[in-house]
This record gives sequence, structure tokens and C-alpha cells, in this order.
Amino acid sequence: MSFTPPPAAYRVAGKGRLSPAKTVSFTFDGRRYSALEGDTVASALLAHGVHLVGRSFKYHRPRGILSSGPEEPNALLDVARDATRRQPNVRATTQEVFDGLIATSQNRWPSLALDVGAVNDAFARFFPAGFYYKTFMWPRTAWERLYEPVIRRAAGLGTAPTEPDPDRYANRFAHCDLLVIGGGPAGLAAALAGAKAGLDVIVCDENAQFGGSLLAESRAQIDGEPAGRWAETMADQLRAMANVRLLPRTTAFAYHAQNMVSLAERITDHMAAPDTDAPRERLWQVRAERVVLATGAIERQLVFADNDRPGVMLASAAREYLNHYGVAVGRKIGVYTACDSAYAAAFDLAEAGSEIVAIVDARDNPDSALLARANDLGVKVLTAHAVTGTTGRRRVRSMTVEPMHQSVRRKVEIDALLVCGGWTPSAHLFSQSRGKLAYDAANGRFLPDAPAQNCVCVGSCNGTDDLAGAIAEGAAAAGGEAKVDVAEAPSMTGHLIGAAKGAGVGTTSKAFIDYQNDVTAKDIRLAVREGMHSIEHVKRYTTTGMATDQGKMSNLHALAIAAEALDAEIPQVGLTTFRAPYTPVTFGTFVNHARGPLFDPTRRTPMHAWAQRNGAVFEDVGHWKRAWYFPRGAEDMGEAVNRECATTRQVAGIFDASTLGKIEVVGPDAVAFMNLMYTNPWDKLAVGRCRYGIMCREDGYIYDDGVVGRLAQDRFHVTTTTGGAPRVLNMMEDYLQTEFPDWKVWLTSVSEQWAVIAVNGPKAREIIEPLVKGIDMSGEAMPHMSVREGTICGVPTRLMRMSFTGELGFEINVPADYGATVWDAVWARGERMGMTPYGTEAMHVMRAEKGYIIVGQDTDGTVTPHDAGLSWAIGKKKTDFVGIRGLARPDLVASGRRQLVGLKTKDPNIVLEEGAQVVADPNQAVPMTMIGHVTSSYWSQVLGHSIAMALIEGGHERMGETLYVPMANETIAVDVCDPVFYDPDGGRLDG
Amino acid sequence: MLLIRCPYCEEERPELEFAGAGEAHIARPANMSDISDEDFEAFFFIRENQKGIVFERWRHIHGCGRFFNAARHSVSDKFIVTYKAGEPKPELTDEQIAAVAGATGKSGK
Repeated sequence: MSFTPPPAAYRVAGKGRLSPAKTVSFTFDGRRYSALEGDTVASALLAHGVHLVGRSFKYHRPRGILSSGPEEPNALLDVARDATRRQPNVRATTQEVFDGLIATSQNRWPSLALDVGAVNDAFARFFPAGFYYKTFMWPRTAWERLYEPVIRRAAGLGTAPTEPDPDRYANRFAHCDLLVIGGGPAGLAAALAGAKAGLDVIVCDENAQFGGSLLAESRAQIDGEPAGRWAETMADQLRAMANVRLLPRTTAFAYHAQNMVSLAERITDHMAAPDTDAPRERLWQVRAERVVLATGAIERQLVFADNDRPGVMLASAAREYLNHYGVAVGRKIGVYTACDSAYAAAFDLAEAGSEIVAIVDARDNPDSALLARANDLGVKVLTAHAVTGTTGRRRVRSMTVEPMHQSVRRKVEIDALLVCGGWTPSAHLFSQSRGKLAYDAANGRFLPDAPAQNCVCVGSCNGTDDLAGAIAEGAAAAGGEAKVDVAEAPSMTGHLIGAAKGAGVGTTSKAFIDYQNDVTAKDIRLAVREGMHSIEHVKRYTTTGMATDQGKMSNLHALAIAAEALDAEIPQVGLTTFRAPYTPVTFGTFVNHARGPLFDPTRRTPMHAWAQRNGAVFEDVGHWKRAWYFPRGAEDMGEAVNRECATTRQVAGIFDASTLGKIEVVGPDAVAFMNLMYTNPWDKLAVGRCRYGIMCREDGYIYDDGVVGRLAQDRFHVTTTTGGAPRVLNMMEDYLQTEFPDWKVWLTSVSEQWAVIAVNGPKAREIIEPLVKGIDMSGEAMPHMSVREGTICGVPTRLMRMSFTGELGFEINVPADYGATVWDAVWARGERMGMTPYGTEAMHVMRAEKGYIIVGQDTDGTVTPHDAGLSWAIGKKKTDFVGIRGLARPDLVASGRRQLVGLKTKDPNIVLEEGAQVVADPNQAVPMTMIGHVTSSYWSQVLGHSIAMALIEGGHERMGETLYVPMANETIAVDVCDPVFYDPDGGRLDG
Repeated sequence: MLLIRCPYCEEERPELEFAGAGEAHIARPANMSDISDEDFEAFFFIRENQKGIVFERWRHIHGCGRFFNAARHSVSDKFIVTYKAGEPKPELTDEQIAAVAGATGKSGK
């Protein structure tokens, strides 16, 4: 199907920098429009006379394009490339058009022109500031079910995409001598001066082209050259220098400590057919020796009745649309200003053929040169006049003009109204850098004052409005000098902040301050009347400045109106804090590569593939993937675990214990160090023997545990819990480096160097023995809790005889690269003899049957070794270890502490819930006095009943007592018992 | 993200490489098991945590692994100096403190 879009009626031949030869087409609300390459969606729509592009947030009022930049509060569109690449709330004023772009208006139903929600506008007096706080209080339950869903549907802007983002996002760190933010005249001058001085320079600008305010210029000359051309020449010069990196379409959105600035570079959003390998956006984290902020200034609207109709637009925006994009925003244009700069827009449009119906100037005596030029062009200027109203639904049709000091109203027909209330320096990034701002009362603006970092503000963000001055200031900031001759630069003099005529105290008109959140002048006054006296409170009560535009155009107006209502000076009322990001940044840019498998590292043991092949179900333990259980056939988890436990206890089981933390403690003072770090005594541990060690913190609570083997007088092989290895090593290093720096001890993390194959069960020795060389594994030569070095399958091993199941057990440590091979060999022998692989669940059950604790499950950071029934592991004769003094604290030696005990349910088939609370008297009134909780609970197949461990007040004294576990539907009676349920004499450790 | 100078590596490295480790210059009593409850409280629980200059420990955990000390301003987050573990608490000059206390000087013009 071929379709020729209608011609762009408002495109002015011969104006602008875009080439009429390069056309593209896009759709807006289903209609196809033509555009020129380089157009924004806003400029392209305006070229077709489309001003109505959205509905406002709260009142659903028709809204048009107000600006030509990132400050845009109204023209927020849903922009899509295809079915999966769709983004809501895109500013039409910054989104470049590409061929095939699909733009859709938001917050309207059923259509943009006919919107049911607009009824809110008629009932606006029922939606004052603080409306939500006041209205939706009762009943409380209605908030979730009724109010919130309704409000969310009616308010809000675009809808979030539902598909996963198919694009890629990149990330780069950079260092430079000089980071220049903003590529306008001052920024370009700074960059060139820095570059010429040999500095490494990065220059970023949020627009596609460098030039900043000069892109909107028509008349100004710099050194005899048109200003726009001067900017291009400067950019070309910079581009050619090896020590300069130019980043267009790149927004500096956050200024952090020590001159680190985050930039978001948009790489493909303007392309019709981006390279599929190209990232969509790139996050730059730049660390700069010096930052030059050349962020410019943002024009403000004027606050008067109905100042929000489509067709009402900032004067500077209209000028940029004409001079850069070649688009006239109207044919019969009114201008309402309090600042000289709007005249330039009016003159340019008049010369381009639009009729300037009148320039309404709120001031009594504007500059006479401007008045003379208006006279030459036949443009009527009404000084000391105000616009006090507008009409027009989908586009402004008339303005009401009144003399400032009389009430004689005159209605003038227009199709666009340019407004200018002066300029607000963009101090956002400076303020984020913690620089202080100072109020410039003469010009009604806050300016950068004392910097907190090595950064310099130049140009209009620093209040330097004259072009030659801005260029000189820019160059000086980079240690250079630039003297340029400037002719015909526009004057920026004049301002009006706060309510204009007709919107002052006592008026009821809708004079918008914050377009995006639909906040009017009278809302601010209401907030003050209702007791909000700080601007931070006014802001939150009215939501002014809290939309995604962060009040770039509105904050100063809100502040001025609040100050007036409070009868205070503006600086006394205060300024709200500027926070990152300067403009919205996509989640993709922040998340970057950290998605899917790269979101968080996954650690796998050398035997992972074997477990996978053998049907293991895995569980996450920290970053580790651990085999949880190995179901056979149609087994469920319970059946698999029962079988794994039974086979291990009857024959043997093989278990991957590689995730255990392992630290080698070596040196002449190693034993002294072990004595310090662990509660146990280590002097008498013979070489070749192992001991279960407990580590406390200074407060006396259990921090970690594990089996330690002594390989030599000066060498210990220390194991830690799977999750505890890093913090245990950190704590060891801390004591070694800072408290005992003279001790000769070296600590090495070897967790990933050793694969660990645990074989437990009566046949464990028989399975392993033939594979081992150089170690006598007999019970006499290698008793329980021993460690030997030798080889297995020809591979060096540290073979430990120990048990976490209560059966005869060995842990075969082999270099990780041989883990899978040795596992295969052990499995090949064991399988023939009836051995089973078992997972972490069976391991948990078997250790609980033996009453072995798991730190972090049966302890919680408030459990001492005494509480855990491990007093035997504390060296009674020791005069120091970490925790020795903490353990002597009054609370830790008091009676009634929660102590670890076993629980047996009266009904042996009931398995308690872990975490369930325990009470002494089940008939007491609610809330009951809870005396403890269940920490571990399993079904024990070997015992034929459930088992549990619990921390119970005075538990060690309660052996045999009946306690109760009240649950939602029943109360479960339990008997307190010793936590060692299985083989209390330990005979099975010998097979 | 802060830049922190590791006194062992003798260069500034990004904060990502470091881990904070609490207040500095709290020595573990040599006669640990003999100290009073009050002394233990002072040693283990009580911290200055003041607004202004703080002396704190850091570990270059993803670098050389060494613990060291730093003097930093807790409002401006600026470091005055970092120094090796075991070195005495440095005497700070008024100029050093003023230099990190907050915004300084005049910008631009």
C-alpha cells in the first residue's frame, strides 16, 4: 500500500538546518506524517500544525508542545519501534524521528480529541491540593481495593511495557582532565581551550548537534560568522583533535562525589535500522579532574489563567522550531513576555511570514531598541499589558489582553501564543555536586555560588547572559582565553516570577505552574493556608515539581507564590533539593549487563555436571548451586530424601561438599592464632588430627564453625560454613593485620582450590581404600577426626576422616581440576556396592538426627556455644580468645537463656514447621508468652518419627517436659529431649 | 563513588574495591578476660559516630587486602588522609579540616 502523507503546511521554505531532501515518515495516533531527518517528533508534528498531543495528569486537559527540550512537561508520548520496543513518557521534544517510528498519545480514552476523563476538569474545585490525603482516608481497607486502582487508572501517564526489553545496554568508565557538560557557546569555548592546552577532554551534550542556544539563533554573529556556523566550526575543530571525545545525545544526569559524573548516551534511538549489535544506550561513569558546567538556562512560562492550552509555547522554543527545524508554530501569533528574549522570536517569525498579532509586555518600559525594531517590522507592542485568559479547546484561538492597571479586556484571535517569564539557570548538576546556590534578587534567580568540588559554572547557568562574556568565561574555566566579537546577540533582560495579572491572590482561575502534575497558583496558596510553610512541605502537599520533569519550569514560580503567601523573602522560603537524575534515565541503562545470567554470579562445583546428568534438583546456597536431592523415577522430594538417608546409613552415600569454605592457616604463630580465633584449645591437637572448632565474635555469639585439620605443626586446614568463608577470612585478616601484626601467620583462601567428596556410611572405607595410595586407612591408623596426605587415583589428596552424618565418613579433598575424575572413580566403585548420591536435604536430615547444628539455621547471632550445648568446645584454661569476655557478660551467663534442645512430637507423624513458636501453656490468653522457636525439623526415616531442634528458654533444664506448638488449626504437643536422636553413643562412626 | 587512596598500594582506587570496617583506633585490650563490664562496653559497643571529622577503618578488600585507617569528614564525605594500620592518629590542622568541611571558594567569576 502506498500512501503519501499530507505536506507539512507549517514548514517554512529556506528556514532551518534540516535538508528537505531527506524525508522520513512516522505515525502519531495511527495517522501517518512526513518529517525531515533531524526532526524531533515535536517539530515534525508542529510542521503539520498538530499542537494537541496529550492530556494532563489530573484534569485531563488538552495539552500541547510547550518547549523544544528536556524540560518538556506536556508532550509525553508513547514511542515504539516495534512490538517489543516501546517506551512510555518519551518527551516529543527530544525524541528524534526515524522512519517507521510509532508515537501514541497517553492518558486519554477513548481518543485524544474526545476524552472522558476531561470531566475531572469540570469538577476541578473538588480536586484541590492535598485532595488525595484528605479524601481517601476511610475506610482504610478501601484504599487497596477501591481507591488506589481507580486513581491509578485515571491518573498517571503512559503504561509500562509488558515485554522483556530486547535491547542491549553498555557501560563504560572513563577518566579525563576536563569534562565539559553542555555544548553551547560557553561549553565549546571551554572544551577548545582545554583541548588546546593538551588536556584530555570529554564534551557531552544532550542534543544531536552541538551549539546549544546558538542552534536557535538567526541574527547573532560571532567573529563575523553566523553564530550557528561558529558552533559547527568549533565542534569540527574539537572532533579533529585526538585528545577530545565528543558525546552528542548524551545527558549528564548525576553528579557524584569526587567529580564523578554519570552520563547516559543514547546510541540508536534516532536510527531507523540500528545495527543489531549496537547497544541502545551506554552508561558512562566519568571521573574528571575538573568539571565545567555549561548547562545553560531554561525559559519559564508566565503564570496566567488558562496558560496551558495547546498552542501556548515558550518563545525560545518557537524560535528554535523556526531557526533550526524550519517550522513556524503558527500563522497568527501572540506574544506575552516579561523578558527581552521573546522579541527575537517574534521578529524572526514575523520575518518568516507569520503575523505577530501583538507583543504583550508586562513591563512598563522595555528596551527602546526592541520597540524601534518592532515598529520597523510593523509589530504592535503593548507595554504594561497582560494576557489574562485564553480560549480554544484543541488549540488556542484567542487571548484576552488587559492593560496592567485597568480592567479593559480585549479578545484577540491567535493560533499560537509565545510566552516568556525569563530564564532559570540550570543549576541542577551544580547543586547535586553539593555546591551552594545564592539568590540574585535583581534578576529573580538562583545562581551557583560556592562549589564543593573542582567544578566551574560558565555561561547562562552561571548567570552570564551576554554571549561574548559566556565564551570568555568558558575559555577561562579551562585555563584559556577567548576574545570574540559578538554582534546582534539577543538580550536576556527582564523577568517575572510568580503569578502574573489575573492569577494573584484571591483569583480562582487555572493558572498553571506545574503542567505535568497539574498544579496551579491557587493550589500553592491553599497549601500555605493549610499550614505548609516550608517549600519542601508545599512541594509534597501540592506535588509541584515532583513529576518527571522535576519542575524545571515550575519550581521558581511555586517558590515565588509561596513566598508571597507567606509574606517572606524567596531565599527564606528555601529551595527544594535537586536530585539525580536530571532527566529520566531508562532502567536498561542502570541495569546494563546485569541481567539474566549476568545478574548475579553463579558458582558451580567441579562435580556439577555429574549431578546434572544424574537428575539432581539444585538449590541455591549463597551463590552456589548445590545438589538438593537426586530423585529416581517418580519419586517426590520426601521419598528421594528418605531413600538417600536410608541407603547412606545402611550402605554408603556420596556427597559433594566442595562448597565448604577452606582457609589455610600457616606460620610459626599459626597455633597461637588458632587459639585466638577459635574457642577451642589447639596446642595439643596432634599433627594428623582434626577438631571441630567454634568461632565467636567478641560479643560471645557463635559466628562460624567447621572442622580443622592440623597438617603440620605450623599448618592448619580450616573449613568454614559454605556461606561463611569470606566473612571468616575477613575477620581473621582483621585480627591478624590490626591487633597482632607481628605474628608470623599467613592466611590463604583455598575454597575453590579443593574439591571435596564426602563418602559416608558403613562401606565408606571399603569403597575408597583401593583408590588411595600412601595412607593407612585402617581404624587404628586413621581414627575418627584424622587427616592424612597421600594420593587417590594418582592425585594428591588431603583425606579427612570425619562425619556430618554420624556414620563412618571420609572427606576426600583433591585439587579442584581433578574433582570430577576422582568423583567418577569413587562413584564407579560405590555404585556397584549400592552407594547412593545424596543431596543437601538428606545431609540436613542426617546431621539433625545427630544433633549437629548448622550455623545460621540453629543459631541466629544471639546464640552462645553454651546455648548450643557446645560448652565442651570452649578451652577452659584459655586466657584469651575472641569472645572470651563477651561470654562473661551478665546476660550471657544469666539463667533462662534460650538453649538448643531436641523436640519430639507426641504424634510421631507430625513434622513441625521450622520457625514455629513454642509455648509452655497452650491455654493461656493470646498473645501467649512464647518461650522459644523451632530451628530445624524433619521426618526421620531411620527413626520412624519426626525430629526437631529448637531454642527454648532454659531448655537444658526442661528435658522431658511437655511443651506446645500452637498452629493455626491445631496445637501440637511436644516433648523436650536431647538433640542427639540417633546413635547417641557414636558407635556408628566406626562403621 | 568515592576515590580512596590505599596507603599500601599508594594510589587512589574506586570505592568498589574497598569495604568499610568501622571506627578506627579502638585497641583490643591485651588483658581481655580481665576487663570490667564497663570497659568491655566502652570497647565493644560505644562509638563516636560524630558529625564532622571521623577516624575510620577501611579494607582494600578487592585489592591488596590490607586494613588501613582514614580521616574523613562525615558530612562532605571528603577524605583528609589515609594511613597504615598501626600508625598513630594524625594531628589534623585547621586548614586540613576546613578544606573538607564543605563548599569552598567562589565559582567561575
